[in-house]
Amino acid sequence: MIPFIFIAFILLIAVSASVVLWSKNVLYAAFSLLLTFFGIAALYVLIGADFLAITQLLVYVGGILVLLIFGVMLTNQKGSKENGKNDIIGTNTNRLIGFVVAIGLFGLLFYSFARADFIKIQSYLFETAETFSTTQNIGILLMTDFVLPFEVSGVLLMATLIGAAYLSNKSKV
Amino acid sequence: MINAVDIFNMDNSFLSYYLLTGALLFSIGLAVVVTKRNVIVVLMGIELMLNAVNLNLVAFSKNDPDLQGQMFALFVIVVAVCEAVVALAIVLKAHEHFNTINLDEISTNSEE
Repeated sequence: MIPFIFIAFILLIAVSASVVLWSKNVLYAAFSLLLTFFGIAALYVLIGADFLAITQLLVYVGGILVLLIFGVMLTNQKGSKENGKNDIIGTNTNRLIGFVVAIGLFGLLFYSFARADFIKIQSYLFETAETFSTTQNIGILLMTDFVLPFEVSGVLLMATLIGAAYLSNKSKV
Repeated sequence: MINAVDIFNMDNSFLSYYLLTGALLFSIGLAVVVTKRNVIVVLMGIELMLNAVNLNLVAFSKNDPDLQGQMFALFVIVVAVCEAVVALAIVLKAHEHFNTINLDEISTNSEE
């Protein structure tokens, strides 16, 4: 049962990510990105990273995606351009180079994954552990081993807040 | 410890599927960044690439009792949020200046 669900979510991710690539409409791309993020959250759950899955849903689906759709909305006022076209239908350039680079990179990664025996390496590194809820451990780690990155990310978030508020101020310049 | 997700226990043979999904997502994100000319879609491509990297980190830290991969993925998510917010603020500013968010048009307009 679990392998079928797993394959279904991988297919969901692949299809919706391809829609982001193929669709010309920015809003369609945004909504299929939603499905991609959901699929990735499901993969996190399946591998036992429950806290990360919830974070993925909250931050990506609830935050970044809404922000992107807000960006689409704010930059596509009707008649904002002289020729009457608006930016919601995107254009593509460098198609050939883009696909060659992407397929080349995928082939390279596929080749190296096929050659390296990651499963054996993983088995040597850690013995198989029972999957358990990670939330408590992540909380403890954030306050002990990772307290410096935690504080630094707090400062980073505040700098981002100030910078974004300053940049999007309409009266400047 | 609560065994709430015990039914999802999987062995290590799933690792390669995670790696392949990550590789596929990264390639698609790269193709989006290279081919699309709308700034917001380019941002979506960058988010896809960051997600692919997170997927690999989480997949490799599956049996790690220290959860280092998951912690790193958590900080990657934080930095991705900051990047998206600042990039969208810049996009709004650029739209105010050039009245377009097409990268080619912004590039030609700023050369004049």
